[in-house]
Amino acid sequence: MSGSVGRRRFLVLAGTALAGLGAARAAGQQPLPGGGESGRLYDPRAAGRPRDPVGESQNDPEIIAIEKQLKCTCGCNLDVYICRTTDFTCTYSPALHDEIVALNASGLSADQVIDAYLAKYGPEFRMAPKPEGFNLAGYLVPGAVVLAAGTALALMLRRRSLVASAAAVEAGAVAPRPAGPGGGADGPLAVPADATPEEADRLRRALEEVES
Amino acid sequence: MTLLGQFALWAAFLLALWTAAVGFSGAWRGRPGLALAVRRGVYAILGALLVASAALWYGIVTHDFNIEYVAAYTSRNLPKPYLISAFWAGQKGSLLFWAAVLGIFAALAQALTPRRHHGLLPHVAAVTSVTTAFFVAVMLFGDSPFARLAFTPPDGRGLNPQLQNIGMVLHPPMLYLGYISITIPFAFAIAALLSRRLDAGWLGAIRKWTLVSWLFLSIGIVLGMWWAYVELGWGGYWAWDPVENASFLPWLTMTAFLHSVMIQEKRGMLKRWNVALIVATFLLSIFGTFITRSGVIASVHSFAQSGVGYFFLAFLVSAGILSFTLLYTRWPELEPESRLESTVSREAAFLFNNLLLVGIAFSVLWGTLFPILSEWLQGTKVTVGPPFFNRVNVPLGLLLLALTGIGPLIAWRKASAGNLKRQFAASAAVGLAVAAALLASGMRDGYAVAALTLAAFVGGTIVQEFWRGVRARQRMHGEPAPLALMRLVGRNRRRYGGYIVHVGIVLMFAAFAGMAFKVDQEATLRPGESVTVASPFGHELGFTHLGVSQYKALNRIVSAATVQVTRDGRPLGVMKSEKRQHVDSFDRPTFEPSTEVGILSGLREDIYVVYAGSVGGTEEAVYRFTVNPLVWWVWFAGGVLVFGGLVTMWPGASTPNERRQSQSGYEVPLAEVRS
Repeated sequence: MSGSVGRRRFLVLAGTALAGLGAARAAGQQPLPGGGESGRLYDPRAAGRPRDPVGESQNDPEIIAIEKQLKCTCGCNLDVYICRTTDFTCTYSPALHDEIVALNASGLSADQVIDAYLAKYGPEFRMAPKPEGFNLAGYLVPGAVVLAAGTALALMLRRRSLVASAAAVEAGAVAPRPAGPGGGADGPLAVPADATPEEADRLRRALEEVES
Repeated sequence: MTLLGQFALWAAFLLALWTAAVGFSGAWRGRPGLALAVRRGVYAILGALLVASAALWYGIVTHDFNIEYVAAYTSRNLPKPYLISAFWAGQKGSLLFWAAVLGIFAALAQALTPRRHHGLLPHVAAVTSVTTAFFVAVMLFGDSPFARLAFTPPDGRGLNPQLQNIGMVLHPPMLYLGYISITIPFAFAIAALLSRRLDAGWLGAIRKWTLVSWLFLSIGIVLGMWWAYVELGWGGYWAWDPVENASFLPWLTMTAFLHSVMIQEKRGMLKRWNVALIVATFLLSIFGTFITRSGVIASVHSFAQSGVGYFFLAFLVSAGILSFTLLYTRWPELEPESRLESTVSREAAFLFNNLLLVGIAFSVLWGTLFPILSEWLQGTKVTVGPPFFNRVNVPLGLLLLALTGIGPLIAWRKASAGNLKRQFAASAAVGLAVAAALLASGMRDGYAVAALTLAAFVGGTIVQEFWRGVRARQRMHGEPAPLALMRLVGRNRRRYGGYIVHVGIVLMFAAFAGMAFKVDQEATLRPGESVTVASPFGHELGFTHLGVSQYKALNRIVSAATVQVTRDGRPLGVMKSEKRQHVDSFDRPTFEPSTEVGILSGLREDIYVVYAGSVGGTEEAVYRFTVNPLVWWVWFAGGVLVFGGLVTMWPGASTPNERRQSQSGYEVPLAEVRS
């Protein structure tokens, strides 16, 4: 077979190639439109469950605020919002989202949506217990315990400080040395017994400089 | 090898029982010969546990899928680093890991304890041996890592994709090291109670151990937060999950101990409290293990539900009753040597600090157990999630943050008004200025404003302490500032290391406040389409979807979605988020596809991109874009905290007199004043 190509054939081939190149180039230059065909994935199953396009409700702050108060029923222990935006294998949370959107769209307030959800699935599907009845203890006990212990501690310290002051006065001692050079914030730094008054004075001044 | 492993476990169990029995009786009868035998017993237990561990390692690396554990957690194509972490990825392996590490710590306690504390060692060996015997018993009579299958599968199931992350290679061992090393201070405390050597000696013996435990726990907790952030894909790092709480509880009580022990060392007070804190810390570490392994409380992190949880419950109750009974019997011998003199003093501030730390621990424990309590008392199941914990704990945390600034600067014994003014005026002014600036800039989240204000106040007190110390050294020694700073820290490691830890805590609180301004947005994008997200810092982030590519890696098929990111129109770079379908060596899918997030981390904010999946099997992708303010600072703060801990425990100037001086204030040698 001869490898030669006639002039006409050559021109046709060259023209076709140029046209093809031009078309390819034009396609390449086309600004990424967001309107063109999306390429198909080689193995769609490897990219997880097929997703529906994001609807407006999925970014709706009111819906999200409701979802963050309700637990997903799939057993993940997460709220509906986190589950549907994190665990993409969950089939429950997208359906629960739709349910919440439908309840909201039917004119119910956020509290009513939550009540309707809990009435259907049970009170344990609220992310935190409603602060009423026994649950109120859940909220108040830690603070109350800390407050009670803190008050008891403060009273005990106050009583002891009064006792200590009284004992000091009775003993004729000077009241506890106030904060300042050689005491206070930096602790009681006693002047050595063998220090001369001048040395003690210089030490005090040095400490004053340190603390100033 | 499984036979050898099982035999080694039995040997470790019997040796542990023998060592415990001889340790208690030898200490009681005061026979030095028995003390030596006990020490050798501890080393022998370690030897047996290392043999058992080696047997499991061998099974893992040689892909012996006839071993149930190896088949359940590894596969032939599992990358090598995860073959290592598979050792502790499952319940059975982690039990063996726990026992082996406890064996190492027990042996180190015997080998490294200074001679002056040797009187305590037989009891210490007995307590560590009882604990080791318990863990080995759980394996022998509950969940053996050497159980074999009736058949040999050609390949294993592989490791859960969420555990195939460097964070999961490092986080569990760090946390375990923290949990396990708590046993040593606990053993010394019990030894001190049993032997009635209740002076401050036993505190000296455990000071380093408690710091080691605290440091490992801190590293483990921060790494766990980091793993949750980069791997779980929800854009946060702490969810108040029961298992997370379980790691936080002993950290809180140990932090309380590290503060209150200073009062015992300096003033001879809080002896009973300190013993109680150490016992509580140990019990909480066992409680955490019980929570993780029993399935009694729902958690996203726990191991599969199994009966071994009840072994832990029995051990927890027994250890609690015995320890507190022992403490009660020694109560009169733990009288304080001095009394608190003022409500406005450093001792009092430390007491309130302890109250808050233990109060927060109680609050977290209360919230974690409240579902069980509610079911018992009311017959109603409830869920206690992040909204509850945030509401209850954030105010307590803010109070604690305030005390972090107040405690270290207030005077010992009694502080005067002048002292308070001199110490706090500047820092309070800094805090108020920050509050005013935040409010003027429009910030209206009360907790965030409070956290940042208090962070500024506490940061101010710490800077002031360093500044005064450096200036004092400069004046007295004529040192340049960097040298003065280094020597200041080097010669008062415990004090200034503590301040560095406080810097870490302050930064962490400030970073936590950033999460109040987190922004999330979902979008569906075809190649070339863009979406913009408003950053809480006022700029606009643009995301343009570039496409989805698929390729095969070692043990997975990867679908990688890429986006180009801009800030106010200026390009920041390209980010990638992946779906990973893990497969075994026969290309069979092993788990549901998992998600790998893309993170572009910055000082102000993290840009967090999650590829949720594709529409109709095309490149049209569903994304979640999240802007997380100040997250980088959480990890930086974790590093600062660990660095501070290392400075504190670094060996050095530590005669009792030096310690007293370094805690009480700047060291001002009289000789320097004389010259």
